Amino acid sequence: MIERPETAVPSIAQRNLEGYVGFANLPNQVYRKSVKRGFEFTLMVVGESGLGKSTLINSLFLTDLYSKDYPGPSQRIKKTVQVEQSKVLIKEGGVQLTLTIVDTPGFGDAVDNSNCWQPVINYIDSKCEDFLNAESRVNRRSMPDNRVHCCLYFIAPSGHGLKPLDIEFMKRLHDKVNVIPLIAKADTLTPEECQLFKKQIMKEIQEHKIKIYEFPDTEDDDDNKLIRKIKEKMPLAVVGSNVVIEVNGKKVRGRQYPWGVAEVENGEHCDFTVLRNMLIRTHMQDLKDVTNNVHYENYRSKKLAAVTCNGVDTSKTKGQLTKSPLAQMEEERREHVMKMKKMEAEMEQVFEMKVKEKKQKLKDSEAELERRHEQMKRNLEAQYKELEEKRRVFEEEKANWEAQQRILEQQKLDASKTMEKNKKKGKIF
Amino acid sequence: MHDQNCCAANSSHNSSGGSTLLGYIGIDTIIEQMRKKTMKTGFDFNIMVVGHSGLGKSTLVNTLFKSHVSRKSAGWARDEKIPKTVEIKAVSHVIEEGGVKMKLTVVDTPGFGDQINNDNCWEPISKYINEQYEKFLKEEVNITRKKRIPDTRVHCCIYFISPTGHFLRQLDTEFMKRLSHSVNIIPVIAKADTMTLEERQEFKQRVRKELEVSGIEFYPQKEFDEDMEDKSDNDKIREAMPFAVVGSDKEYQVNGKRVLGRKTAWGIVEVENPNHCEFAQLRDFLIRSHLQDLKEVTHNIHYETYRAKRLNENGGLHPISSSDTQESNL
Repeated sequence: MIERPETAVPSIAQRNLEGYVGFANLPNQVYRKSVKRGFEFTLMVVGESGLGKSTLINSLFLTDLYSKDYPGPSQRIKKTVQVEQSKVLIKEGGVQLTLTIVDTPGFGDAVDNSNCWQPVINYIDSKCEDFLNAESRVNRRSMPDNRVHCCLYFIAPSGHGLKPLDIEFMKRLHDKVNVIPLIAKADTLTPEECQLFKKQIMKEIQEHKIKIYEFPDTEDDDDNKLIRKIKEKMPLAVVGSNVVIEVNGKKVRGRQYPWGVAEVENGEHCDFTVLRNMLIRTHMQDLKDVTNNVHYENYRSKKLAAVTCNGVDTSKTKGQLTKSPLAQMEEERREHVMKMKKMEAEMEQVFEMKVKEKKQKLKDSEAELERRHEQMKRNLEAQYKELEEKRRVFEEEKANWEAQQRILEQQKLDASKTMEKNKKKGKIF
Repeated sequence: MHDQNCCAANSSHNSSGGSTLLGYIGIDTIIEQMRKKTMKTGFDFNIMVVGHSGLGKSTLVNTLFKSHVSRKSAGWARDEKIPKTVEIKAVSHVIEEGGVKMKLTVVDTPGFGDQINNDNCWEPISKYINEQYEKFLKEEVNITRKKRIPDTRVHCCIYFISPTGHFLRQLDTEFMKRLSHSVNIIPVIAKADTMTLEERQEFKQRVRKELEVSGIEFYPQKEFDEDMEDKSDNDKIREAMPFAVVGSDKEYQVNGKRVLGRKTAWGIVEVENPNHCEFAQLRDFLIRSHLQDLKEVTHNIHYETYRAKRLNENGGLHPISSSDTQESNL
């Protein structure tokens, strides 16, 4: 729900007047001045093509904004979402109204509709920015108010509920502009279906916390009752037509079907009169006020907070406004640098991980090699020991054999010696 | 006498054109025999409804078959959330009329065209249709085949056009372009009670022109008209397509009769009144005259195209002897 800025409660004592002073005439003076100035109102209509937006505009303002000579956006297929505005000057009872209708052909018509709300948001922001710049100029003689005061969002009469596109769009725009959801082509639905559909839509709007335009409570009780009745009928189910048909001797605007005539201005057929009264006759000024006090101020504080560091002092706005594109660029650069740093850090991380893996692998293979080396060494040692053993045995044998040989030699020597001795002695032979 | 017999014999040897019969043989009772057989076995009909949510698809199917055969009536809640991707939900019912049993399968596609980004939302549908052809093909090339292969192929796809009154949406043309060669597409204008009669005519003409320009061949396709009689019948139907329909399963009293309709504050829209909408025409076309033709076109043309494609691509199926003989027959 939109919060309204609360008016300061005066703590001043009230005094009674003792005569006629005359400032009760003040509203008339204001009235005369504003009538001379004329009023401006910008209305935006958003919805898929074929929902009767142009017809509804024509019916609301009883003019042919889109006529055969100037075919409206409905007659042309758009591949991308465009935002088009048309201005018309309406005079009634001495009061002049500059009505600007902003249309969005191509919305929701493509196969891929992601970001189709972006052109709309850009348009609204650009109008607010224009006004901000105009407000901050030194010479403020003429301040044209082109801000979008009201956005009528057309919901297709499926009878089931809101589409994901509807929810996305309204979520993104409820903070920037007054969003009034309407059920288009309401003559498709029977009264019961219409009730169910409305309930379903309101439930979904509350679920997703979408802030649609709220009617303000007034002090007057009767008005409050009316307002409560209007609130129950939200979202309004409308039918548009400028074709005049005769029904029971009366001339009414409506749509002629083989089974009857759907009257546009009949309260039991559709909520068109409610919409018209609300939009034009009672709440036009309130819509402008809410746009000015709530949405525009939101935009302004956001914009200026981006420029100034503390976002508090906004009196010297001119110089700071010229800085804003630079500040934005600075921010972008900072963001970019941060992104780069993040990417760098990530890449480093990945790199380190890979290095660790490789190291681990190398360590593993090293350990393998070590192990094998150890094993081989052990094998070698075992073999060496064996060979040693064999050598020792062999040496022993050799020693034995040598010893034996020596003994044999000794014996031989002894034997030859004794023979010599015997030879010498006995001259036996 | 002798001459007559000779002439008769001569004429019976005449190969170009039928021979005249000398007496009643009884060949025409074959129609009766076929009828009896069909009644006993019953037949399958698979219909798919495509369109984004809220266009009255389930209501129309219920109205067409005068019973609650849609997905919504089979137990799903009425206002369920829009699914995040396109799902395919098939519900089957057996309905009987005049001794003829029909196993009707309604394939619904919730989630079609409802997302913000609808790229390729036709792919699950295309996949499903091809899967059914594949199932049938596999059954057909089996060595031991069932006596009656269960036919789950989609015989007809009703595409619901949103009644914007201006043009076809991009999604509509994309879908129909891609699927008109694998399934019979019948475009209908949904919720026709949104438009007055003049608006309806203009819209229809514009839609027809756009379909022609985009080269979308909806059923009945011009190229499959077999003879002059078919052609003139189908031409008349093609002139009137796409049918602007209204669906309803509630009955109201109008002029002493009970009719299906929608009650609004300014009158009752009668569903079966040809002055109000073209539902009766659609029903007659779909059920009373072209039901069998839909099945035949699906079997002889769309299925054969799929089969030829499958068997031509690198040998296709695994080598069973029956598939070899079938390839040689290609």
